[in-house]
Amino acid sequence: MSVRSGAVVRPRLVVVQVLLIALFATLLGRLWFIQVASGESYRAQAQDNAVQDVVVQPQRGLIVDDQGRPLAVSRSSWVVSVDRTALAELDEDEQEDSLRRLARTIGMRYPRVVARTKLCGEEGAPVAGVCWNGSPYQPVTVAEDVSQQVAVSLQEQAENYPAVVIEQRSVRSYPSPFGVNAAHLLGYLTPVTADELAQAQEDGNESLNGGSLVGRSGLERSYDSYLRGLPGSNGVGVDSLGRTTGDTEATPATPGDTLVTSIDARVQATVERELEQAIRIARGTFDDITGRDYAATSGAALVMDPDNGSVVAMASYPTYDPGLWVGGIESRQLARLYSKKAGEPLLSRPTQGQLAPGSTFKPFMAAGALADDFSTGTRLNCSSSLQVGNRAFANFESGAYGYIGFDKALQVSCNTFFYRVGYELWLKAGGDSAGPKAESVLADAAKAFGFGSATGVDLPGEADGRIADPQWKLSYYRAMKDYYCELAEEGGTKFIDVFAREFCIEGWKYKASDAVNFVIGQGDTMVTPLQLATAYGAIGNGGTLWEPRLAKAVLGPDGELVRRIEPTSAGRVPFRRASLRYIDQALLETTRTGTYAWKMGGFPLDTVPIRSKTGTAEVQGKQTTGWLATYNDDYVVVMMIEQAGTGSGSSGDAVRAIWEALYGIDGEKVRTGDAAIPGVTPPQTLPRVREDGSIVAPVVGRSLR
Amino acid sequence: MTTAYRRSVEPPTWRRLDWLLLACVVALCVLGSLLVWSATANRTYLVEDDPTAFLTRNAVNILIGSVLGVVVLVTDHRWLRVLAAVLYLGSLAGLLLIFVPGVGTTVNGSHSWLMIGGLSVQPAEFAKLGVIVGMALVLAERAEGRLRDHLSDSDLVPALMIAALPAVLILLQPDLGTAMVLIAVVFGVLALAGAPKRWLVGLVALGAAAVYVAISMGVLAQYQLLRFSAFTDPSLDPRGAGYNTIQARVAIGNGGVFGEGLFQGSQTQAGFVPEQHTDFVFTVAGEELGLVGAATIIVLFAVLLWRALRIARNAEDIFGRLAAVGVACWFGFQAFQNIGMCLGIMPVTGVPLPFVSYGGTSMFASLAAVGLLQNIHLRAVRRPGLGVVVRSQLLRSR
Repeated sequence: MSVRSGAVVRPRLVVVQVLLIALFATLLGRLWFIQVASGESYRAQAQDNAVQDVVVQPQRGLIVDDQGRPLAVSRSSWVVSVDRTALAELDEDEQEDSLRRLARTIGMRYPRVVARTKLCGEEGAPVAGVCWNGSPYQPVTVAEDVSQQVAVSLQEQAENYPAVVIEQRSVRSYPSPFGVNAAHLLGYLTPVTADELAQAQEDGNESLNGGSLVGRSGLERSYDSYLRGLPGSNGVGVDSLGRTTGDTEATPATPGDTLVTSIDARVQATVERELEQAIRIARGTFDDITGRDYAATSGAALVMDPDNGSVVAMASYPTYDPGLWVGGIESRQLARLYSKKAGEPLLSRPTQGQLAPGSTFKPFMAAGALADDFSTGTRLNCSSSLQVGNRAFANFESGAYGYIGFDKALQVSCNTFFYRVGYELWLKAGGDSAGPKAESVLADAAKAFGFGSATGVDLPGEADGRIADPQWKLSYYRAMKDYYCELAEEGGTKFIDVFAREFCIEGWKYKASDAVNFVIGQGDTMVTPLQLATAYGAIGNGGTLWEPRLAKAVLGPDGELVRRIEPTSAGRVPFRRASLRYIDQALLETTRTGTYAWKMGGFPLDTVPIRSKTGTAEVQGKQTTGWLATYNDDYVVVMMIEQAGTGSGSSGDAVRAIWEALYGIDGEKVRTGDAAIPGVTPPQTLPRVREDGSIVAPVVGRSLR
Repeated sequence: MTTAYRRSVEPPTWRRLDWLLLACVVALCVLGSLLVWSATANRTYLVEDDPTAFLTRNAVNILIGSVLGVVVLVTDHRWLRVLAAVLYLGSLAGLLLIFVPGVGTTVNGSHSWLMIGGLSVQPAEFAKLGVIVGMALVLAERAEGRLRDHLSDSDLVPALMIAALPAVLILLQPDLGTAMVLIAVVFGVLALAGAPKRWLVGLVALGAAAVYVAISMGVLAQYQLLRFSAFTDPSLDPRGAGYNTIQARVAIGNGGVFGEGLFQGSQTQAGFVPEQHTDFVFTVAGEELGLVGAATIIVLFAVLLWRALRIARNAEDIFGRLAAVGVACWFGFQAFQNIGMCLGIMPVTGVPLPFVSYGGTSMFASLAAVGLLQNIHLRAVRRPGLGVVVRSQLLRSR
């Protein structure tokens, strides 16, 4: 027999041969595909594999004042954190070992270290204040500002501290020139949230990573994208066990841009100090009306350039240490910043405080009235009181000045004069029979000066304020009707009973009492100190309403101009220049002989002619709010203190002191060389960043006009 | 025929060896040694202080394997049958011993190892050779006895039993990869033995069923299932089962056309590919020697198989033909499975690349199989009337 002649076997051998050839051809084809056709992508993956990218956080940009003095800087700090994901991969004994060893090294108690690594709200989390409220994907900060020595020992013996991360981070530091606080202006940073990170990744935004800090309030938030910078990376060669095999390549981080503000640290420090002192003095002053010392719970003060809306200083009281946020704020501290008891220090009063403006509202009402039926020749009786409907509305301290014009009425802040104006206009609009759509000349004037809507300042969270006009009254009625009508049916104490019944029936009606309250800035109208400052600026500059700005420019890391933030006009007020000028002159007289004169004795008004208007707003159940709005051609200075009595009484000295600092006034002498800002007026040019990173002040601006 | 038997007792004629086959084997062994060396030199957890530890051990393995190969080569045809029986029964006993606690060892989740005096042995490697020789013997005897090409069912059943016994034990380990190689071998041997088509179709169906049963009956551990299926979608489990396939492909892809150079592959030297000196040794070639080096290995295997099948075609008897085909199917399918696994077109099953992967038992069995091929070849060329060798020489040697 012959095995080779088999008719069946021969072809089968060929089939096996063909099969094997096919298999090997497949291998060759696949090999070519991987190594040549898609080699590029695999090489990139290989690169990723062997190089572990360590994110290098960028240095956050500086925030400097008009002279280039840093208000917020970045410094590096050794931060010890625990990688929760890595920790979870260890067994319980190893976890405890690592954390106990860490606690010993950094000199912290072990239970506290453990507590720090827990997420707030997680099972086993300690009381709020210790737990971590940052992103769960970010290493949890256990200790910051660790000494160099500890940092080095942690790094050198990394194998003894599994899941522990030691890194240098750029953290905020506040040099506080002249002792400024400026917490509300600067704002604060907190760790990026998981949502923000996801969004950034979706948008291809590389400026955020798991360890990023994001501006949450103030300028830090408004100009976050400039200040943030761009993270770099340090490619560290690693093997499969994660052992370092040497640095390979590094992309340096791009530091954030420098934000130049119009804030002047010297003025800011003065304003902060004066506000605080005025509040302290008020708290030691007896209030005849309530029979106790003034509570002076909060206050605001600001200095603005009326010609472009630049904010030179802005203070809020009570305040807080902006450094509290550095390295992560503890929940306990955060709760205090929000607490009513502590006076809600987080609230920025100049932009978020909403209060009845009192008599500081009158110049705008005068502007509205002069544009309508009234004129500079109008004479009305400034009687000690005025009967409106069934209620008598009295003058402040029941003063009476006979028949006077708008100028005098502003100087002495005559309520009855303005009551008559308000009442007449109310009657003219239809009085009691007018519907909620009735025209309101005075409310329109208030709106024209920017009240009732945000000024557009470059700070987040600004309040709108409120104009209590007929429409507002109707909407308020609609919101509250059910509540009061139910209350009216139930009955109860007599006052509430009557009030509720009345409200239920005709609460929407814009009555004479509403109109007369409105015209003197009482009742339900509310303004923010910043709104008041911009409105006074408009009177002073001839009618332009500027959007207030704190930022002047953005400078790149090398000092080049990235963006100049130009003043933005919010429009012109629709009043004749003559009327504004008339009011302006009347307000000048307020300082000379009017309600502010008693605090301005000996002030060189001939050289520095300050216009002013005082205000004392009554608040149901509280002591009066003191307002003082002043301005000249160079500055607007506004101060407000809650529950502190009259405007001139509570803020008069403090505002005078601010003006004296602005012009270098010593007694009756004006020494412009001593002015807080060189050249007296805010500098028009920007500070310059030198090659070594130091910043030089701008050249001196305009001289005293 | 009887004359041929007599002549086979004479010492082998060295110059008549299939030198091309031998050259391929030597080239693969040399390349393998370099690749194993490169893959282990930097892995301190493997080599401790001596970077050449695995190079040395691999050389020793090759030496032992060569001795085995020579022994097989010089063994007389009749003694080969005895040797085959010993080999088959020995590997069967080894496969059974694995399940004895204390003797069998679990490596990577599979009970495939025997610890004998500090040496670890994989009986399954020899079982492949045992099955090939065993089946070839049984089928050859049946066929030669009846002098016909077509085999009946009663001829095939004993041959299948020979394969089934170790196959079941191997599946129980469970070692899916070796089982698949066995099925390929059985298919090749039966096909060339002239088994009816329905047997071959049935065998393929049986193989598919075996894989299905192994998966669905829970014979395979979860990790094996994942490993098995991860090649289709490595992202299913990028840290676990998919990791091997991803890293293997990354390393190979990183090599490009000319490779990173021996000892220069970033992935290899940093140890990103697991089991790189054994099952994934081809990735070292891919990364460090590039397309050129990796394709050379594939081509070397192709040439080797061509020679093996040529030996089968020219075999003097049915035994030789079937044994040679069996060996060819073994090397061919196992190389395809191993390289395919590295390239991500075959599941991860943990079979070594013959001659190239580090591993004693595999090397011994493979080189012994080369000895068998040469043995078959030599018997064929010594037989007059064959065209392979110059006839005059043959005549002169008589």
